[in-house]
Amino acid sequence: MKSTVIVFPGSNCDRDMKVALEKATGSTVDMAWHGDTDLKPSDLIVLPGGFSYGDYLRPGAMAAKSPIMANVIARAKSGTPILGICNGFQVLCETGLLPGVLMRNASLRYVCRDVHVKVEQPETPFTLAYQKGAILRIPVAHHDGNYFADADQLDRLEGEDQVVVRYCNEDGNVAASANPNGSQRNIAGICDGSRRIVGMMPHPERLFESALGGCDGLGVLDSIKQAVNTAVAH
Amino acid sequence: MTQSTPEAANITPELIAEHGLKPDEYQRLLEIMGHEPSLTELGIFSVMWSEHCSYKSSRFWLKQLPTSGPQVIQGPGENAGIVDLGDGDCAVFKMESHNHPSYIEPYQGAATGVGGIMRDVFTMGARPVANLNALRFGAPEHPKTRHLVNGVVAGIGGYGNCVGVPTVGGEVNFDAAYNNNILVNAMCIGLAKTDKIFYSAARGADLPVVYVGSKTGRDGIHGATMASAEFDDDSDEKRPTVQVGDPFTEKLLIEACLELMALDVIIAIQDMGAAGLTSSTSEMADKGGVGIELNLDHVPQREVGMTAYEMLLSESQERMLMVLKPGSEPDAEAVFHKWGLDFAVIGRTNDSGRMVVKHKGIIEADIPVANLADSAPLYERPWTTEPPPRRILAEWIEPPESIMGALKTIMAHPSGCSRRWVWEQYDHMVMGDTIQRPGGDAAVVRIHGTNKAIAACCDVTPRYVLADPAMGTKQAVAETWRNLTAVGAEPLAITDNLNYANPERPEIMGQFVQSIKGMTEACEVLAYPVVAGNVSLYNETNGVGIPPTPAIGGVGIIKDLSKRVDMSAKHAGNLLVALGAEEGHLGQTLYQQIIAGGLDGAPPPVDLHAEKATGDFVRTLIREQAIQSAHDISDGGLLVAIAEMALAGNVGVEIFPYEGTLPAHAIWFGEDQARYIIEVSPETADSILERTRQNSLPARIVGRLGGDKLSIGRAETLELAELKSAHEAWFPKYMDSVSD
Amino acid sequence: MKARIEITLKAGVLDPQGKAIEGALAGLGFGGVDEVRQGKLIEVTLSETDEKSARQQVEKMCDDLLANTVIENYSYELV
Repeated sequence: MKSTVIVFPGSNCDRDMKVALEKATGSTVDMAWHGDTDLKPSDLIVLPGGFSYGDYLRPGAMAAKSPIMANVIARAKSGTPILGICNGFQVLCETGLLPGVLMRNASLRYVCRDVHVKVEQPETPFTLAYQKGAILRIPVAHHDGNYFADADQLDRLEGEDQVVVRYCNEDGNVAASANPNGSQRNIAGICDGSRRIVGMMPHPERLFESALGGCDGLGVLDSIKQAVNTAVAH
Repeated sequence: MTQSTPEAANITPELIAEHGLKPDEYQRLLEIMGHEPSLTELGIFSVMWSEHCSYKSSRFWLKQLPTSGPQVIQGPGENAGIVDLGDGDCAVFKMESHNHPSYIEPYQGAATGVGGIMRDVFTMGARPVANLNALRFGAPEHPKTRHLVNGVVAGIGGYGNCVGVPTVGGEVNFDAAYNNNILVNAMCIGLAKTDKIFYSAARGADLPVVYVGSKTGRDGIHGATMASAEFDDDSDEKRPTVQVGDPFTEKLLIEACLELMALDVIIAIQDMGAAGLTSSTSEMADKGGVGIELNLDHVPQREVGMTAYEMLLSESQERMLMVLKPGSEPDAEAVFHKWGLDFAVIGRTNDSGRMVVKHKGIIEADIPVANLADSAPLYERPWTTEPPPRRILAEWIEPPESIMGALKTIMAHPSGCSRRWVWEQYDHMVMGDTIQRPGGDAAVVRIHGTNKAIAACCDVTPRYVLADPAMGTKQAVAETWRNLTAVGAEPLAITDNLNYANPERPEIMGQFVQSIKGMTEACEVLAYPVVAGNVSLYNETNGVGIPPTPAIGGVGIIKDLSKRVDMSAKHAGNLLVALGAEEGHLGQTLYQQIIAGGLDGAPPPVDLHAEKATGDFVRTLIREQAIQSAHDISDGGLLVAIAEMALAGNVGVEIFPYEGTLPAHAIWFGEDQARYIIEVSPETADSILERTRQNSLPARIVGRLGGDKLSIGRAETLELAELKSAHEAWFPKYMDSVSD
Repeated sequence: MKARIEITLKAGVLDPQGKAIEGALAGLGFGGVDEVRQGKLIEVTLSETDEKSARQQVEKMCDDLLANTVIENYSYELV
């Protein structure tokens, strides 16, 4: 299988994602530079974490308009699964592929720690290895992860089961105290209507081996493997 | 038409004083130049001969430090020190202060401190992989402290997080003596290949001198002289001289430099740090034994109408100077343009031995390079020293009403509480190799793609150093060595960051001299040399100075990651064994400070041979995988160390009552050195204790893991949950209590 | 020609930075502050001399990049 990580100037989780994907898929990963206008065929595209364009103007805003993104949007519309992690989620919102926007954390502080999230939507290419309701311990590391959309939009997301992961406490209780950034309805990740485009603030690529302190992120990588194998088998 | 010599300015005594040059220093300048300098030349001498650049008060003493060893590839004198990690890998590291700028503008001051130290490291061909920092703030109740903590922590995070280098460790102290002079010491560690190290010596004539990175503006002019001056009440007015950092550009600069380094076209490279273009040009020329002619017309400029003086002294950030192989300019330019960075050939090397600066057809400066660097003033300042204070006996210090009550008070105090509020604002996991996150004895960062790791930590206990500078500095070195050992690492070398008050006062110079002596002894006995360092003097406001604060950054290697431990208590039923001599030393301890009414007496003595013997034993046990966890005993003593292990592992400890002859509170809270706690299984305890006897190491079983509380007998108990919430409470509560 | 573009959060969108400023003002003793909202000011120097085309350009810039119209409003003046 072929997977591609998009690299923007200021991306800094691109290598981490490449390492994780290579481990998950067993094949090499293409790195596509933001200024490129052509994008090799790929079964899967990942927008990594980091500070594309320094997070200047708004996080993800300039990356969303970079040359490569026209291709990414076209691939998204033709059905290629797309995963945006952290800054990648911000970019997906800025392109309009996902609804809403990620605003400055309510604390106004950067937050880097392990949080718990509950898997609400396992029927995406990136979560299918988890059971619905599974509770994961997984790191977040961001300054702008406070998900915002208007009430109608939020209701639509809930109604269409597009909330993929939600912040919760260790016991799975979706409590305000478990919310690291003020995100509305404790939303940590969402998908589009097709469920092939997923954005999330937590970093599964940071917790996929016990040496790093845990393996709960491995499910995202296993999901990718299963999804792609299924797609290839079809 | 080009003039042959720069135009002499009207150099008045006031102008000389404003440039921080003493009258005799100006005389020396006149002798070197043979004529009155231009304003630009005066500016160049002023920054190069500032304390910050010339180390004129400290150089004499720094030369005495042990700097060599089989593991040392590069000692002090380059951008950073380098130690060998085996297998063709090496670690490049250094710590540097950004104290004054951080006090004036905490966010940008701290951010640019982090940026500057990272440039020192990647200049040498290393990819930065870990940042640490040592921070000292004033008393929590001082009106500026909260604002400074908020700004400094946000600035460190804002820069390091964006560049994508994990901030994995450090320390934070509060003390009223830092009210008007905070300390922000930033350390960076990078990894390089031993056959791909880059240096700053510009060897060879007629080579292109290239400027890359950000454009030059008027920011930071006289930053280097500011860092060498005492503060007064008008210091807030100095704000415009503080530089603004751009971590996004730094990230691009790292990638571009590393990409260019792979092309093998760089002869010399130097970052533009303090004193910017001036110091980078003169250092490259001096080390290479060449001359350099610069044409400032080609310098990328952010503002219009900049003078030569301004361009030469600007401390605009994220800039580098390189000397390239001739003909390689187009390839190099392509790399920098790909990353969206400026690239300009601004001069050439020659064999004149002079630094000549032209601007708009006029020679603005023409200075013999060797004199600028080597003829800098060197002071052997007068110093005095006092005998160390007397040792306080434990019997003289009141026991607490309750041992567990005192423990809780210490661990909830600003000096003893959790620093989670700080390190959760730092991305400590990016790059995917952080094995030991903040909160342990030392950070552990895997060497990418291998099963090896570097370990690193920063330590100094200023209250010890103030009481006895030689002993306190010895302790600081020993504590880093111990913290590296406690995670299973073999300590390799240190960087120092020596922060002191005004060295023109003999008692302050005496603190400095004694520190050097203590450091020398510790480094020699532990075979743990100094490979890089930085000195920050004049940390003083209106005559009130900081306590001597020699922050030490230690780096070690773990050759097999499967053979390491952390400090979290693991399994109920396991035993905790305290290693090292227990003498119940309570002078200068947290107990004395927080519970017993104030600091007094001598700090705990450091026996370096005991330190080495105990540490080597612990490291051997870790490599044999014979123990489940380990923790050094430092601030707060034995009971705090036990509590920290219990909290980290979320398991209680039944602590065995002390039955010896010393007062019990001195056993629980004494800060005797060279001690560790190790966790052993009940089956192996006897054999491990037998080995301690064979090695003549004092050892005692101090407790058994289990339950959800700490207890000593029936009378003394403390729920872990209660201790945890007390330990975690102070920092967030303090920071949120009044908005910034 | 220069465009001064003001970008503000839409009414109803939470503004944590504005809230913090509000708290800081109160802490400094400034009474009578009912609400603080913060935004951005962007100055763009245009080579365009025709006002109508300049307006079209600036509006497109705002819609395409400078403002996120999910949460932000913009206004501008040409000077």
